[in-house]
Amino acid sequence: MKILVPVKRVIDYNVKVRVKSDGSGVDLANIKMSMNPFDEIALEEAIRIKEAGKADEIIAVSIGASQSQETLRTALAMGADRAILVVATDDVNQDIEPLDVAKILHAIVVEERTDLILCGKQAIDNDMNATAQMLSALMGCSQATFASKIELAGEKIKVTREVDGGLQVVEVTLPSVISVDLRLNEPRYASLPNIMKAKRKPLEQKEPKDFNVLVKNRLEIIETNEPAERMAGIKVSSVDELVEKLKNDAGVI
Amino acid sequence: MLTTYQAPLEEFHFLFHEVLHASEQEIEGFSELTPEFTSEILTMGAKIATEVMLPINSSGDKEGCKFENGLVITPKGFVKAFDEIRKGGWAGLDCDPLYGGQGLPITLSLIFGEIFSSCNISLTIYKALTHGTYATIYAHGNSIQKNTYLPKLVTCEWTGTMNLTEPHCGTDLGMIKTKAEPISEGEYKITGQKIFISAGDHDLSENIIHLVLAKVPGGPTGVKGISLFIVPKFLVNNDGSLGRKNNLSIGSIEKKMGIHANATCVLNYDGATGYLLGEKHQGVQAMFTMMNEARLGVGVQSLALAEVAYQSSLTYSKERVQGKSLESDGKFSTSPKPIICHPDVRRNLMNQKSFIEGARALTLWTALLLDKGTRSSDKKSYGLASLLTPVIKGYISDIGFDMTVVGQQIFGGHGYIEEWGMSQLVRDSRIAMIYEGTNGVQAIDLVGRKLNSDGGANIMYLLELVTTYLHQSTVSEEIENEFFVPLKNSLNDLKSALKFFLDNGTKNPNAALAGASDFLHLLGVFCIGFMWVKIVSRVSEKKKAGDKINKFLEAKIVTGRYYMANTLPKTKFLATKIKAGDKILMSLEPDQF
Repeated sequence: MKILVPVKRVIDYNVKVRVKSDGSGVDLANIKMSMNPFDEIALEEAIRIKEAGKADEIIAVSIGASQSQETLRTALAMGADRAILVVATDDVNQDIEPLDVAKILHAIVVEERTDLILCGKQAIDNDMNATAQMLSALMGCSQATFASKIELAGEKIKVTREVDGGLQVVEVTLPSVISVDLRLNEPRYASLPNIMKAKRKPLEQKEPKDFNVLVKNRLEIIETNEPAERMAGIKVSSVDELVEKLKNDAGVI
Repeated sequence: MLTTYQAPLEEFHFLFHEVLHASEQEIEGFSELTPEFTSEILTMGAKIATEVMLPINSSGDKEGCKFENGLVITPKGFVKAFDEIRKGGWAGLDCDPLYGGQGLPITLSLIFGEIFSSCNISLTIYKALTHGTYATIYAHGNSIQKNTYLPKLVTCEWTGTMNLTEPHCGTDLGMIKTKAEPISEGEYKITGQKIFISAGDHDLSENIIHLVLAKVPGGPTGVKGISLFIVPKFLVNNDGSLGRKNNLSIGSIEKKMGIHANATCVLNYDGATGYLLGEKHQGVQAMFTMMNEARLGVGVQSLALAEVAYQSSLTYSKERVQGKSLESDGKFSTSPKPIICHPDVRRNLMNQKSFIEGARALTLWTALLLDKGTRSSDKKSYGLASLLTPVIKGYISDIGFDMTVVGQQIFGGHGYIEEWGMSQLVRDSRIAMIYEGTNGVQAIDLVGRKLNSDGGANIMYLLELVTTYLHQSTVSEEIENEFFVPLKNSLNDLKSALKFFLDNGTKNPNAALAGASDFLHLLGVFCIGFMWVKIVSRVSEKKKAGDKINKFLEAKIVTGRYYMANTLPKTKFLATKIKAGDKILMSLEPDQF
C-alpha cells in the first residue's frame, strides 16, 4: 500500500503572528516557517503504519512556493520515502486555496495509484479545514476527518473521530482520505543520521500545469486584523454576584 | 522560568557561510555543507534543544542530583531528554563513521555545543564528557579498546568522565597518589580517590567509562610518571555485554553553586580493574586530547549562557517601563518608557551584543582551524587553534560570566530573585572560569607554553594572518578609519607586550607570569577585534556588490563600530599593565598581607 501525505509550509506555531501594517495579511518576512503541526501528525502516523509492515511507501507532497522544499526535506528526514514538490507560486505570501490543492492532490493520487491519503485536519495558518473533504469528493471515495485513532484491518480502516459530543468510531474502505487531529500521536524528531540519508532521497519538482490545474485565487482578502486585546478581569465577592454577572453582563448563561 | 532563548540560527548561518565561507573551504567533506543542509540540521537540532532540553533546565537546577544508596539520580525528565538526544544521533555528529558517527566537522559540532549549552548546560555536560572520552580513546586506544568502547560512546549508550583531581592536588598533577598495579599485560589494579568528577555517576546510561590518571609504582616521579587508564563502571565481556560491577564506588556528590543537575562526584577506586590507554607514563599527554577539547567546549558553554542572558535581558528591557526618556525633539517624554531607551541600559546591551557576536565568530574560526588542521593535516592551522584554545577557555569564560551578570543587572532587583532565571545563568556560568584548568592556569599555559611552542611559530602565524588581511583588503575610507586603524593600533599593543616577554621572560619568568592573565585578555580582546574587522568587511563587500543590506547586517556594522571604540582600546591599558612586570606585584612578604 502507498500512503500519500500532503505537508504544508506554514508560519511556525511558536512565532507570534503579526499583521502587516496595510492589513493585507500576515507578515512573513524573515519569519520562522515549519511543517504544519497537523501534517506532522499525519506523517508520523503514516510512518508508524509503514513500520508496522502495513504500507510499502510514503510519498510526501507539498504545494506552494519553492521554499516548501525545506518542509519536504524534513518529511524525508522523518521517514517519507520520496517527495513531490509542486511549485504553484513564486510568492511566499500567496496561499494556494483548498480547491486547487485538492485538484493537484487528486491528479497525483491518480498518477501514483495511492490507496490512503493521510493529512492534517487543517493548516494552522488560515484554519480552512477543507482540503481533505474536497479531495475525497473529487476522488469519489470515503473520508474520515479529525482522527484520533486509526486501526488498519485489510481493506478496512477503523477511525476514531473527535466530535463535539465525544468520540465517534467509523469504518471506511480503501481508498480513503483521513484527516488527523491533535491527539492521534506525538510526532518524532528527525534524527541526524536520517537527515543525512534524506539528502539522497528523491525529490521531484512539478508545476500545476503538469496536472492540468490552473491555480487561481477565488477568495478575496478584505482585511486582516489582530485579535482584540484581552480586557482586564474583575474580582467578584460572591457566587451570587458571579452568576449575576455571567447572566446580565456577559450574557453567557 | 522567565529567561528567553531562541537559537540564533541567522547568526550561525551568517558566520559559517558568509564570514568564514566554510562550504567553499578546500577541506575534506566541507563542500557538502551547503546552506540548505546546514540550515536543515541546525533547525532540527535547535528544535530538539528548545523543546526537550530547555523545559527541564530550571526544574533541574531546583531539584538537583540526588545521591541515594550509592547511586546518583538525575532530576526529573533528564533520562527521557538524554534518551531523545541519543535517539537523534546528535552525540555522534563529528565522530568517525567507522564507529557509527556522522563524520561532520568540529565547526558544526561547536555550534550544536553552544545551542545545547544555552538550553541546558547540566545535561549537555554529560554528553560533552562522553565525546571527550570518545576522542581520547580514538586518539590513543588500541584496536580492541576502540572496538569495545567507541561505538557505545558515539551513541551515548555509555557515557564518559575524566578523572584527574585528587583531594590534595588538582593543577599540579605530578602530586597524584592514585596507583595502578600491573596484573597482566595492559591490565592494572587501580586504587585511590578522585574528586570533582563531573558526570561521575548518574542514571542516564547503562555504563560509565572513566578515564583515570594514576601512577604505576616504580615509574619516574612527577608528571612524567603518570599513565592513563580506562576504568569502566561495569566490566565489559568479550562479546561486548556488560559483566560484573568494577571495584569502584561513589563516595558522595558535591553541593555546588551551579550546574546542579550535573553530578560532581567523589570516586573511590578500590583495586578497580583498569586498562592502560596509550603508552605507559604518557598519561598526561594523552589526557590533553580530552582537555583541549574540553577547554574549547568550556569557552563555548560560557558564551552560550551569555547568549541566554543577553536575549533575556533584551526582552526585559523592551517590556520593563521605567523612567522618562529623552525624545528626538530634545524633551523628556511625558510618560515612562521601556528601559531600552536609557543610555546606561543600552551600554549594557551593547557590551553583551558586541562581545557575544565577536566571541562566537572567534570560536567558530578556531574550530574551522581545527578542522583544517585535522582533515587537511595543516600544521599551521592546528598550531594556531592550540594557541587560541586557552584564550577561548579563559577570556570567553571570564567575560561570558561578566555578561551574565550584566544581564542580571538589567533585570534590577528581579535579577537577584531565583524565579526570574537570571541567577541560575550567573551560577551556572561561574564554573567555566574554574574547571578544565582555572583561568590563571590557562594564562600560564598561553604565556609559558603556547607562545613559545615551535619557536613562537603560532603567534607569528597569527600576526602574519592579521597583517596580511589588513594590507590586502581594499575598503572604504570609513571602514579603514573606524576598523582597520584601531586594529592596527591594537596590534602594536600586542607586539609591545610580546616584546616585553621576549626581553624579560627568559631571565625572569615571573616577569612574564605576572602579566599572563592580562596577556590572555589582551589577546582575547584583540582576536575578537580581528573578528569584527572580518565581519564588517564582509558586510561592506556585500554592500559593494549591491546585495540587500537588511537590519541584521546593518546592526553588524554598528555593533562592530561599538566594539572597536569601546572594547578594543583595552589592549593599550593591558599592555601597559603587562609591561609593569612582577616587581611591585611580588614585593610584599607573605606576612605583610
